[in-house]
Amino acid sequence: MLSHLPILQVILPLLGAPACLILGRGKLAWLFALLVSALSFCVAAILLTTVYNHGVISYALGGWQAPWGIEYRIDLLNAWLLVIVSASSTISLLAAQSSISTEISLEKQGLFYVAWLLCLAGLLGILATGDAFNVFVFLEISSLSTYTLISLGPNRKSLWAAFRYLIMGTIGATFILIGIGLMYIMTGTLNMQDLAQRLPSAGESSTVFAAYAFILVGISLKLALFPLHLWLPNAYSQAPSIVTSFLAASATKVALYLLIRFTYTIFPSEFSQFVVPLADIFVALGVLAVFSASIVAIYQEEIKRAIAYSSIAQIGYMVIGLGIGGVLGLQATLIHVFNHALMKATLFMALAAIAARIGATTLTSMQGLGRKMPWTSFGFVVGGLSLIGVPLTAGFISKWYLVSAAALTGRWPLVFLILLGSLIAIVYIWRVVEALYFKPAADNSPVKEAPIAMLLALWLLVLGNVYFGIDTRLPVSISSEAATALVEGRP
Amino acid sequence: MNTTSLIDVAILTPLIAIVGVLAFSRKPNMREAVSLIAGVILLLVNLKLYSSFNQGEALSRHWLEILPGLNLSFRVDALGLLFGLVASLLWPVTTLYAIGYMRGHNEDHQTRFYVCFAIAIAAVMAIAYAENLFTLFVFYEVLSLCTYPLVTHTGTEKAKQGGRVYLGILMGTSIAFFLPAIIVTWLVAGSLDFQQGGIFPEQTPIALLSLLLVLFVFGVAKAAVMPFHRWLPAAMVAPTPVSALLHAVAVVKAGVFSLIKILVFIFGLDTLQEIPATDYLLYLAGAGVVLASLVALRQDNLKARLAYSTISQLGYITLGALLAVESGVMGSAMHIATHALGKITLFFCAGAILVASHKSEISSMTGLGRSMPITMAAFFIASLSIIGLPPTAGTWSKWWLLTATLETDHLILMAVLILSSLLNIAYLLPIPLRAFFPGKQADAQATAIHEAPPAALIAICATASACVLLFFFPNPLFELVSQIFTEGTP
Repeated sequence: MLSHLPILQVILPLLGAPACLILGRGKLAWLFALLVSALSFCVAAILLTTVYNHGVISYALGGWQAPWGIEYRIDLLNAWLLVIVSASSTISLLAAQSSISTEISLEKQGLFYVAWLLCLAGLLGILATGDAFNVFVFLEISSLSTYTLISLGPNRKSLWAAFRYLIMGTIGATFILIGIGLMYIMTGTLNMQDLAQRLPSAGESSTVFAAYAFILVGISLKLALFPLHLWLPNAYSQAPSIVTSFLAASATKVALYLLIRFTYTIFPSEFSQFVVPLADIFVALGVLAVFSASIVAIYQEEIKRAIAYSSIAQIGYMVIGLGIGGVLGLQATLIHVFNHALMKATLFMALAAIAARIGATTLTSMQGLGRKMPWTSFGFVVGGLSLIGVPLTAGFISKWYLVSAAALTGRWPLVFLILLGSLIAIVYIWRVVEALYFKPAADNSPVKEAPIAMLLALWLLVLGNVYFGIDTRLPVSISSEAATALVEGRP
Repeated sequence: MNTTSLIDVAILTPLIAIVGVLAFSRKPNMREAVSLIAGVILLLVNLKLYSSFNQGEALSRHWLEILPGLNLSFRVDALGLLFGLVASLLWPVTTLYAIGYMRGHNEDHQTRFYVCFAIAIAAVMAIAYAENLFTLFVFYEVLSLCTYPLVTHTGTEKAKQGGRVYLGILMGTSIAFFLPAIIVTWLVAGSLDFQQGGIFPEQTPIALLSLLLVLFVFGVAKAAVMPFHRWLPAAMVAPTPVSALLHAVAVVKAGVFSLIKILVFIFGLDTLQEIPATDYLLYLAGAGVVLASLVALRQDNLKARLAYSTISQLGYITLGALLAVESGVMGSAMHIATHALGKITLFFCAGAILVASHKSEISSMTGLGRSMPITMAAFFIASLSIIGLPPTAGTWSKWWLLTATLETDHLILMAVLILSSLLNIAYLLPIPLRAFFPGKQADAQATAIHEAPPAALIAICATASACVLLFFFPNPLFELVSQIFTEGTP
């Protein structure tokens, strides 16, 4: 049983989805989806501890040995992301029923959970598999279900947002497929480990370069790396609120995982060091992402949109870490992946709670909510502080590692740019804080505090932000070992 | 009870008081009683720490390790005790004063006020006893955040603006300058523990040290070194007890305290003397002292004048520490205590005048001495202490600072200090003098004004008499500051 965990991780939500369809709509489907997601989380947690204690797990699907059969390969990197994705899905699902009851009509609610579980299965599949083509398959599963989830948003604009994402996402996925195809032409294999061994001997052919370029651009599209980020603000702000909370914490992280996997495990290290000046490109794009997105975020009236822009900026930080490279840079990225999932889930969860009560998340509609919804508002403030990087919150740890990595490699201007970026975060977070606490409410209609399930989920995340800002052993030790393994294991 | 756990008690007492304050939020008398009792307990705890310290006990406490090698831990030393004692002595006094002021002024949200106040004091205790720079930084940020609701207490547009400047400058500088300086120090020195003689290895390039010094001096904006001083006048929109305890004592003194700690125990005085940037910063601080005094002269709003006076006096402390000689640091440390007593009295008086007569402009206070004699007398005594005239406590610290400038041959800075003292006379003394001797333009309506509420008056008298007492009995203070350097390395 335990040896089958890698496939169980993916099969659980994949089979849970049709079962959810049978269960129909409403509470039963919700409870079932929650159960499936929680089980996935348990599996991921067991996988992580196993990998941490006993090393890499390789699982041959259907008993067909790699490189002919499909291999599922769990190392610390993807075990860590499996935990992040399944945890964020579980916490978001906890609040989902209360959130969608106001946003999605009853007959569609069953389908909502089906799409959710499919999306989860896709994301977990991308992470777990050790096969390049499998990545594409699961990428399509997760993407298609994500388009569905977004199009279920409360108003008609969500259809347009989903359509735009569909176009961009499909281009991205196609690029990845082209890249994988080109690699297959050159090496005759799709297994990642096998590819890593064969690609160097395939030599400096332009086909391999092209494959690398296609894959990089394709992933960057899914990652919403500046300047390929234009789909993200619409998709995040028009999707049902709770979906945003889930996607912000998981989808871009999975794309980032692919970026790390392809640059560190599959392609020879000369590629990212000599053929393309990837380090400089990543740092430059990351800095541009941080500044352009943060500045745009300041001027947004719709707060969900502002926080979505902030996500683009935060992706910038993660990519900067990759660009700095080395164990410390990679570790900074991996820590920020986790911490960013925490803080963004918190912020979007608080916004979902506000949307559930007043039906909007514009700055003016949120005025004076500090008194009417004290717990939700304070949760938002803590999430915001974590985003800024105040000590004793998770965000501070990210900043510490990122700045250390930049300083140790002698990139002094970068140190200040990173910190300057978090100063801009103060501005766009503080606009909301002032609206919540200092502006009089637009109307005096009574507003109740958020539903209990949402509060529970929100405060789990809030406490997570504080807890992982104080007790950092888990993310620090795992990210450090994962980064070391990746850097030292480079082909 | 184990004396080391007293450090925990010192930090946790204000936090525990919050529970009581919240529990009695609907019974103001009980709520204020809780604050007062907690204040007295905190003072006793600090006194006990003081006596244990004098008996030579090593008091340190390890809380937890946040990142490998970065600990939240605490240790009692002479400088920390000085700061801790001053803050814990003035907290109950301010609470007493606040009872009179907040009720006399009918302020809203009094529970939130007392809660944030208590968190601020807890943060101050943690800063005072921080064993390393990391711990200090963590609670430095906590202090910025928990005082923000106090600055914006009234919730008006002006308060919001003030809060923006306040948080913008304090958080901005701490993230943009202070944090990178700490991280680089950590990478260079491999440690952030405060140590006698500094922690930098000998071969550290002098240019890097200069850069770090500049980053630290500007990064600790709570010390209000010009040009990052704007937050202090902006914070004056807060209720007067907040201005009194936090913006004359706790927050600003946390700033200069951090600076002294960094200069003495991270750089070390010997290293500091070799860094060329020290001289420039010295003159910058000196310029700040005079400029702030000049600006203070032009302020008609009493609280604004006091705020600029605070900036000027903080400049003395920064300057004294940057002189990088023992007498300078000792003078600075003493000035933390003496200025705290003097300035808190002045703010108390300003608040008392506001409550009793609703006057905040200096020009309208002529002749007020007749109706508010006690307040104005206290104002006079405290002014003397700020100026540095006997028989008040301020004499001693200014004496040491002047000695230090002579010792290091900085005659220009000595002139700066003297000039600034003259300016102090010019902007402080006219206020009580014209209140008592209004001349011909005596105010007819003055008879309608009565003295401040009794609770506030008791507080004013207590701090004013402390100013005088410390002149006649300065020995405990001397002994404490002279141990800053003699105390063995941990």
